[in-house]
Amino acid sequence: MSSTNRTVVVTGIGATTPLGGDAASTWEGLVAGRSGVKPLEQEWAADQAVRIAAPVAVEPTETIPRPQARRLDRSAQFALVAAKEAWADAGFEGRAGEDPNVAPERLGTVIASGIGGVTTLLDQYDVLKEKGVRRVSPHTVPMLMPNGPSANVGLLVGARAGVHTPVSACASGAEAIGYAIEMIRSGRADVVVAGGTEAAIHPLPIAAFGNMMAMSKNNDDPQGASRPYDVGRDGFVLGEGAGVIVLESAEHAAARGARVYAEAVGQGISADGHDIVQPEPEGRGISHALQNLMDANDLDPAEIVHVNAHATSTPAGDIAELKALRKVFGDDVDHMAVSATKSMTGHLLGGAGGVESVATVLALYHRVAPPTINIDTLDPEAEANADVVRDEARKLPVEGRIAALNDSFGFGGHNVVLAFRSV
Amino acid sequence: MAATQEEIVAGLAEIVNEIAGIPVEDVQLDKSFTDDLDVDSLSMVEVVVAAEERFDVKIPDDDVKNLKTVGDATEYILKHQA
Repeated sequence: MSSTNRTVVVTGIGATTPLGGDAASTWEGLVAGRSGVKPLEQEWAADQAVRIAAPVAVEPTETIPRPQARRLDRSAQFALVAAKEAWADAGFEGRAGEDPNVAPERLGTVIASGIGGVTTLLDQYDVLKEKGVRRVSPHTVPMLMPNGPSANVGLLVGARAGVHTPVSACASGAEAIGYAIEMIRSGRADVVVAGGTEAAIHPLPIAAFGNMMAMSKNNDDPQGASRPYDVGRDGFVLGEGAGVIVLESAEHAAARGARVYAEAVGQGISADGHDIVQPEPEGRGISHALQNLMDANDLDPAEIVHVNAHATSTPAGDIAELKALRKVFGDDVDHMAVSATKSMTGHLLGGAGGVESVATVLALYHRVAPPTINIDTLDPEAEANADVVRDEARKLPVEGRIAALNDSFGFGGHNVVLAFRSV
Repeated sequence: MAATQEEIVAGLAEIVNEIAGIPVEDVQLDKSFTDDLDVDSLSMVEVVVAAEERFDVKIPDDDVKNLKTVGDATEYILKHQA
């Protein structure tokens, strides 16, 4: 085992999203340009300024047995569904050790969420107020702790090399995958199950994000509400779900004859140091992350043909990201097909980096860039700075080595850029 | 009116089924909550709280550790129910 700079590859993918209960149906929805946004029909939604969201297409309780589901926060349920799929997709059977192809001591998990078990916390507070101390569930703490999804996935696969949960708001899922890449590169693990999950469709987060003026109030047109790069964009639409990938050292994957989707080239990280929630308008922090990515990894701007943008459909954030791409890559931006898949999935917060890494890996694997839907009038500043894929999916170059980026940024000024490459 | 032994076992079976997913017919007097019925220490707290409500009985935390089997719990409830 060499202990530094090992090549890392993606050998398994899994997802449960507003577009489908697995990675294949999610990808099919993305390529078809389908929106997962719906009106919120719960009674509590009537009083809200925001009455739309993107719930998962398939309830996790359809596959997780009830006794197990009732002791898992919804965010952990999503993570388990996506991780089970990714683990099986990577060709592993049973837990590490039971499957002789991976030892527990060489297997890690890094699953993140932006908010953690928020619905458990709030629901159990309701129980405390309405029914008293004795009725608060003894499972509350392991359910609400933000590391719960990672720990539960770790138990599922039998991970003993380390179980981690980086938290950086909406960059959490991407930071988890970056952390996993580093675990393998540095020699701490051979295989890491990594991604992001979020389950925050609940009146409190919706009221709070709504009062920040961060969310779209286009209640009359749910499917048209998430519209990155359109001049009429008015905020993000809250989505839920999880995306998980299995990362593995290239040697380990080759030794067991695993199918390889893509190479996980590396990450670039920075912090804005600008404002607790506002993006730095010129994208300086994002530029810094992109530059760090290019400096630290063997990656040529000429090979980057696709960017899965963070683009949440907010007026300031969408443009800052494109300005940063132009600043760092110059004319090379002209051969990068930029897709804002949140136009279809909504914004999964800490789950976004996981789901969008799945989308980015599949874009390279199938050589297709998903569309950005709902752009009626492209913002001139977007048009000046990038080649946005509008309306319909676009084929990527069929020949040669191609690479793609997945950007994720979070409240707090966190910037994480991941790079993947075709194999 | 106080519950009979039969009613208590049937009630505990429904509770254990709800919490641990064990079929009601498997919940018998000689069965151990932890070894036979998939009820771990946290879930045992749920079983106890549900039984307290159903049978109008108080089961202090100190007594819970003595309730190893369905029979132990049934006997405790028979003795202490209001």
